[in-house]
Amino acid sequence: MTATADIRERRMRDIRPGRIIRWTILFIGGVLMVTPLLYMFSTSLKTPGQIYDLRLIPAAPTLANYVEVLSEGEFPRWFLNSSIVAIVVTASNLFFDSLVGYTLAKFRFRGRRLIFIAILSTLMIPTEMLVIPWYLMSAQFGWLDTYWGIMFPGMTTAFGTFLMKQFFETVPDDFLEAARIDGMNEFTIWWKIAMPLVTPALSALAIFTFLGNWTAFFWPLIVTTSKELYTLPIGLTSFAVEQAIRWEMIMTGAALATIPTLLVFLALQRYIVRGVMLAGLKG
Amino acid sequence: MTHPTDHDTVPTRPLMNQPRLSMRMRSAVWVWTFLAVPLVFYVVIRFYPTFNAFWLSLTDWDLMSDAEFIGLENYRDMFADDDFWKTFWNTFEYLIYGTPTSLVIAFVIAYYLDKVRFAHNFLRALYFMPYITTAAAMAWVWRWFYQPAPTGLINGVLGEAGIGQIEFLKSTTWALPSIMVTAIWAGLGFQIIIFMAGLRAIPDTYYEAARMDGLGEWAILRKITLPLLKPTMVFLVVFISIAFLRIFDQVYNMTTNDPGGPLGSTEPLVLMIYQTAFSSYDMGQAAAQTVVLFTILLVVSLLQLWVLRERT
Repeated sequence: MTATADIRERRMRDIRPGRIIRWTILFIGGVLMVTPLLYMFSTSLKTPGQIYDLRLIPAAPTLANYVEVLSEGEFPRWFLNSSIVAIVVTASNLFFDSLVGYTLAKFRFRGRRLIFIAILSTLMIPTEMLVIPWYLMSAQFGWLDTYWGIMFPGMTTAFGTFLMKQFFETVPDDFLEAARIDGMNEFTIWWKIAMPLVTPALSALAIFTFLGNWTAFFWPLIVTTSKELYTLPIGLTSFAVEQAIRWEMIMTGAALATIPTLLVFLALQRYIVRGVMLAGLKG
Repeated sequence: MTHPTDHDTVPTRPLMNQPRLSMRMRSAVWVWTFLAVPLVFYVVIRFYPTFNAFWLSLTDWDLMSDAEFIGLENYRDMFADDDFWKTFWNTFEYLIYGTPTSLVIAFVIAYYLDKVRFAHNFLRALYFMPYITTAAAMAWVWRWFYQPAPTGLINGVLGEAGIGQIEFLKSTTWALPSIMVTAIWAGLGFQIIIFMAGLRAIPDTYYEAARMDGLGEWAILRKITLPLLKPTMVFLVVFISIAFLRIFDQVYNMTTNDPGGPLGSTEPLVLMIYQTAFSSYDMGQAAAQTVVLFTILLVVSLLQLWVLRERT
């Protein structure tokens, strides 16, 4: 009772002119932040004749652009490509990053420190430096213009490994020891005992890896040459270049590339924000 | 590291040692089984390419004929090339203006957003949302904003306000800042969240003590909040700097008709690398450019370590 009264009193105290002004300014700032998104969607619902009317709400909204882009363009294919790449790479990172993170956190063995430092040192190497050797390697092995070619550089990352190691270190050894005495093998202990204890970290890693690969641009631009293999961002760029000044079509394409990430965000907002905080503090 | 009790139980030692040793062996087998595939990956996909990039930077190679060792000639050519220096300074322009601007805006928003209770999650979502969008897609939205009237939104607004038109992406003075604004906008959401995490990590007792000492809002900000946020600040400065040094997606998508244009005024290092390698197929020269990028990023990272070490 006192607690609710306290909260109510605090709420009352909160409502002061200064606070209202502050909130309003923050709200206006927030709306400005999403203005590009709002205009993107708004324009995607306009006919070519309407795009010079800069009002946010279209006079006569239509889905015709979406129908045209989806039926004539290769967007469904690019959507599929991006999904395959992002899902496979995410699954691979969840498996390997946590396996290596767990091994480094929970086993004592010769070379442990060396391996950890070696993996961590790869964080210093920018992707841009590796793309030329990757490209040559891909050309040699016939990986250019294949799914594997798009995916292989990201199959496991030092960032994910480091993140998972940090979290596995918080898992008490007693749990693992108890499972060992029960006769479980080490793989089962990792998979059945340790993994469920770090699900917040796993979900953060999954979200990061998925979004990172979904929006990835530089390497897919280099490694893909045929339109059937483009991921969504690369496809969108080639589509936008083709459309030239048909802005309503370009905005529709941009919207199609953005909608999936926005849906992921709206569904998992809390986890994403927590994940960013976790990664920012631990990483 | 032998445990003292080991000496007290001499008779049982051989018996105890047997399973202990094999357990360690078994554990080692598991360790290397777990690490085998990832280690091969790191060697083949990370370490070898790193050394390969250094090696390539010492060769002349167009993919057609064999690579030819030419020593430091790529570097000599690069440092004698005005275009390289132009690109180099462009990259630093993104960094020098982009980083402080991002940091100040993100901090101010985080500082006030942290105090807001009403519809907190909703406001936070508005600020965070741009961060999870696809950079390539958003670059096209901003490119459309920057078009001349009657197409572009910003020039439309400027026109109605009676201010003249600005050729944002066609002018050598305006193009780089215009692209930079897009990049700043795309990164703010992440930085705000990190700042808020940093603010949350400051114990309330510090603030209470300060208030009891009669410190005002400003004094608390200057004497408590900002000093305690130093690690967060350093992390973000490095993170943002690296992002600007590697800027590519926005520039590429906003200048597709003349990559890095107009007149190379927006071209950053990564775009130069991309074009040298995949338009001119001058692999050796491009590799040398990546080594320069690597060196700059390394210096920035080492500065971070140095600043943080000095603190403790």
